[in-house]
Amino acid sequence: MTAVSLDGVTLAIGGRRILSDVTFEIADGEFIGMLGPNGAGKTTLIRALLGLAPVAAGTIRVLGEPVQRGNPAVGYMPQLRSPIGDFRLSGRDFVVSAADGHRWGRLWPAKKDYRDAERALELVGATELADRPLIETSGGERQRLLLAQALLGQPRLLLLDEPLISLDPHRQHAVIDLVRRVQQELGIAVLFSAHELNPLLGTLDRVLYLGNGQAALGSVDEVITGPVLSRLYGAPIEVVRVNGRIFVMSDQYELERGEHLHDHAHGHGHDGHSHHGSRGHA
Amino acid sequence: MLTGMATTGIPITGVVGMLSYGFVIDALAAGGIVAVVAGVVGFFLVMRGQTFAGHALSHVGFAGATGAVLIGVTPFWGLIALTLAAGLAMGLLGERVSGRDVAIGMVLSLSLGLGLLFLHFYTAFAAQATSLLFGNVFSVDHGTVLTLGVLGAVCLAALALMARPLLFATLQPDLAEAKGVSLRTVSLLFMAIVAVAVAEAAQIVGVLLVFTLMVGPAAAAQRLTTRLSHGIVLTVLLGLAETWAGIALAYQTDWPSSFWIAALSGLAYFASLGRARFSA
Repeated sequence: MTAVSLDGVTLAIGGRRILSDVTFEIADGEFIGMLGPNGAGKTTLIRALLGLAPVAAGTIRVLGEPVQRGNPAVGYMPQLRSPIGDFRLSGRDFVVSAADGHRWGRLWPAKKDYRDAERALELVGATELADRPLIETSGGERQRLLLAQALLGQPRLLLLDEPLISLDPHRQHAVIDLVRRVQQELGIAVLFSAHELNPLLGTLDRVLYLGNGQAALGSVDEVITGPVLSRLYGAPIEVVRVNGRIFVMSDQYELERGEHLHDHAHGHGHDGHSHHGSRGHA
Repeated sequence: MLTGMATTGIPITGVVGMLSYGFVIDALAAGGIVAVVAGVVGFFLVMRGQTFAGHALSHVGFAGATGAVLIGVTPFWGLIALTLAAGLAMGLLGERVSGRDVAIGMVLSLSLGLGLLFLHFYTAFAAQATSLLFGNVFSVDHGTVLTLGVLGAVCLAALALMARPLLFATLQPDLAEAKGVSLRTVSLLFMAIVAVAVAEAAQIVGVLLVFTLMVGPAAAAQRLTTRLSHGIVLTVLLGLAETWAGIALAYQTDWPSSFWIAALSGLAYFASLGRARFSA
């Protein structure tokens, strides 16, 4: 079965075309790293797969079915937000709030919701962490709780929107290893969006690279090449490999790192600490 | 100290003695109802970071109450009509307005200004302005208690029905939306509930001190607990204790009840700050 299939899909927001006539298929159980410059449509594609962004043309199928908002077979991890206020709410209550949390007419979660939350917390190794107040957890710990929320309801496909943002390299690898372990344990498909390719090298099965309204899906060697990326960036791109790492360059300027810095400069409310620590790699 | 007068031999004194007055019973009943409703609704308001919107709603209510008197309607209904209209408007605009302090602040001052103008046209009413602005729990009559009880029950029932989507949308709006929760519907319904709770709180502590019942107990409870259920229970207990103790102290000292409730609410909140700092 295919986890995700796009057939001639065009996505547009406010009249601006984000993706034009894109076709690709992600197989069940695949770990896909989704990359591309800011504004290439990574978040828009995730929102379209969730049924939150309209499809201007073409057909999207998720797990063999047409897109359906609230599909319980799709797990979603949104970008990290800082919690508001200073409620010392425990991580456990935070995770449970999402277990069937869309149901009206119930005051408290049902027993099965608590069981589901415990199962998810155990999967990500956050059973003890969940006793602590959410506002006292680090960025990496909070990502684990968010991943637990995404795993509620036993999804077959996980959509992860920038789980590495604002984490230092060490924590980035911890998150990637965790997602990989859970993905293989459950045999589910993962679409993992990221700013940088290097942390994901060695983990991802294939790369989905978005840019210039187009998409390229394939192995790292197929996609991360001068000709393919030049097409996606609409500018001459050179790919340099050093010590097993890959650098995407345009006029001697490293693009992914530039994107990263750019994003931090605009900082949209991710938790502040560890920003500086995350710059020095790539 | 509350029963200090009981030894003088005069039968109707002290905390027990004050219970033999009908107006005191009404005050305690009204205060109790409002403490529970405002506390629970305020718990979610604080969690959503919309306390300033709640504060502004009460000021809009001031224009409603004074305007109502001008056209010969009971102030409470004018107050609730305008808070409800403003609450629904805020809910419709949703995220776009709830974070805009300047816009909300302007609406707030504009409403107070309008209220002042209405008072100016109806000069005989000016004596009651203080009561609207700062509340007077001892002036609550039996009928008002009943109204507060019915409206409060409706508020809590509506809140119970939307409790899970409201919490989900508050803690994880992106995920809630993906799972099929309409953020706009949640926001609209919740602001309507807040509007009614604000109107109720204004009956006890006045439009200027609505924070003391809606925000104080909830903010303190959220700093002291890590469980949602414990937080809500503690909010209700704090709200009831502050309100009833405030009424008893007002009865004893003859100082304004709203002062005592505001003082106790502030005390509990700042104590919770200290406590949280120690345990951190």
